[in-house]
Amino acid sequence: MISELFTATVLVGILASGIRLATPYLYAALGETFGQKSGVLNLGVEGVMLLGAFFSFYVAFTTGNLWLGLLAAIVMGAIMGVVIAIVNVTLQAQQGISGIGIYLFGLGMSDLLFQITLGTVETVKGFPEMHFPVLSDLPWVGEIFFQQNLLVYIAYILVPISWFLLNKTNVGLKIRAVGENPEAADSLGVSVSTVRYFTCILGGILSGIAGASMSIALLNVFQQNLTSGLGFIAVALVYFGGWRPFGVLIGSLIFSMVNALQLWVQVLSIPIPSDVAIMMPYLLTILALVIAVQRVKPPTALAKPFERGE
Amino acid sequence: MQSFLNKYPRIWRIFDVLLPVIAALAALAVGAVILIFLDASPIEAYGAMVDGAFGSTNALADTLVKATPLLLVAVGICIAFRGGVLNIGGEGQLVMGAVASTLIGLLLPGAPGAVIIPLALLSGFLAGAVWGAIPGMLKAYFNVNEILSTIMMNVIAVQLMNYLLREPMIDPNQFDSASKIPQTARLVVAFDLPRLIPTRLHLGTGLAILAAILVYIFLWRTVIGYRIRAVGLSTFASRYAGISVPRYIVLALLLSGAFAGLAGAIQVYGLHHRMFTDGSATGFTGSAGFNGIVVALFGNLHPLGAIPASILFGAMIVGANKLQRVMQVPSAFITVLNGLVVIFVVSSEYFRRRWARHRDTEVTEKVAEPASTEAAE
Repeated sequence: MISELFTATVLVGILASGIRLATPYLYAALGETFGQKSGVLNLGVEGVMLLGAFFSFYVAFTTGNLWLGLLAAIVMGAIMGVVIAIVNVTLQAQQGISGIGIYLFGLGMSDLLFQITLGTVETVKGFPEMHFPVLSDLPWVGEIFFQQNLLVYIAYILVPISWFLLNKTNVGLKIRAVGENPEAADSLGVSVSTVRYFTCILGGILSGIAGASMSIALLNVFQQNLTSGLGFIAVALVYFGGWRPFGVLIGSLIFSMVNALQLWVQVLSIPIPSDVAIMMPYLLTILALVIAVQRVKPPTALAKPFERGE
Repeated sequence: MQSFLNKYPRIWRIFDVLLPVIAALAALAVGAVILIFLDASPIEAYGAMVDGAFGSTNALADTLVKATPLLLVAVGICIAFRGGVLNIGGEGQLVMGAVASTLIGLLLPGAPGAVIIPLALLSGFLAGAVWGAIPGMLKAYFNVNEILSTIMMNVIAVQLMNYLLREPMIDPNQFDSASKIPQTARLVVAFDLPRLIPTRLHLGTGLAILAAILVYIFLWRTVIGYRIRAVGLSTFASRYAGISVPRYIVLALLLSGAFAGLAGAIQVYGLHHRMFTDGSATGFTGSAGFNGIVVALFGNLHPLGAIPASILFGAMIVGANKLQRVMQVPSAFITVLNGLVVIFVVSSEYFRRRWARHRDTEVTEKVAEPASTEAAE
């Protein structure tokens, strides 16, 4: 039965879904990269994703307009970004714990709202697969690369944009300075808290979109705990990617491919218990961290609140 | 005001103790706003909550029963925190402790309870220790961030539990019953932890309080405990003093996990008498692994402080359950409230630090003496 995995159709299927499934990882992990580069560790990504997923689904379901749905996720993400910034930057909370609070809040709130508004699992017609003349009809390559939906492509385009923003612009320089040496940045007139508020809000927006990409583009449903731990993997992917957008891209692809493989293993009913299969990406995360952490050093001020000296 | 408070420095202590309580009340206030949106009267709701937590002997006993795993996890968290590591893996450690102890009870149904109960609690302790030691070693020897690895270990533990409960450990009679939640058979009655009074209150609560006292002695009255705290205060100075820093990082996470594992075993033998899963960690643990962190913060990261903190928190959970039943609010409201409490309590630490600074500067200015040892803490 294992040999069934190696037919062309299945391989193309795995690659195509791997490319597609990397989308939420990419949005969430790129957003988290900005935060961590500036010194804020936000463990609450999962909670924000769930809220984004719910609001985009609810708005898209009731209005029938996907763009309004996406906007709802962005607004919700930005609001949560502000909350995260208040807690972690202004009130200087211990970031490992506050993130768990944000997660529990998002998990409960998205479920609560789901139960009082929709109550049952509904579906929407999500962002459709795009069709490019000629390219989409290419054998194999077409199915893998050129039959995806818009949010998938935007996620990939965000990788070079994030790289450019972080490494080639003034804003990026400030973000990195604040994450490496906030005292020095502060003495040069950079407002540490303003920069961190900015990255928290940006991270919140991208987490919200990550949720929306699941509920109105990839799965087109909303249910309790839709993201099931994906947001936490996204945080780990930032470490794995060495706080670099292209590193995050590679990490996201590896994980989504493993996930796609895991799904196909279940589809082909290869006798590996599904619970064990679901475990695989997490085991892989730990292994990946062991390997990755040896190479790069995290931002010096990561998870360290900054306070101006007197 | 300020000078008045400095004349009576003990008054600051009251603020320190009250701070998390105020934070929790603020979280409940936000919860009240949510209740209004849900068309429920907050006064009635929180009234039901207090009644549910303290209204009767049974309610009080339930509060203590809920507080038990929280206290054990919190005691472990105190060790980790004092050792300078953050253990977010309580959920997984608790699950593994529960699984290991349940296995003992299922495999040896004929043995006497006096043998099985200590053995099961020990196996829970050890399983939690293993689940804590792994991130500990990854941190000490491979420099892997313990926050991330413990979160991953949580998911792995939950999936392991789901697999075991769905396949090898499933109740043989479950196929007949209509229940959709996979669970093990009920353990033999002889293995039940003794009840303390004719309520659900069981011996585990006493064990948890004992554990808190022992850990206090361990951390402040033994050499190993002292070294753990030294590593937590400064790895650099500890290394200079000849302490093997990696070893004590592993030990801190190992012990932290062990107490969470013990909590899991006590949940099985004292309360549920079986294991069950709804697919998530929360189904079995009730988020005790996360809430234990908040309880530890509530208790000023002190094992003895965690005792009243766990009772307060246990009361909140029991009360919230009652609230949900009486007011017909979706159970997700409890998770929301839980998250709010975590956020508010962890944020309130800010004010504690600010006050501490005020206090220190004013005292040194006035007395012009070196800061007292207490202030230096």
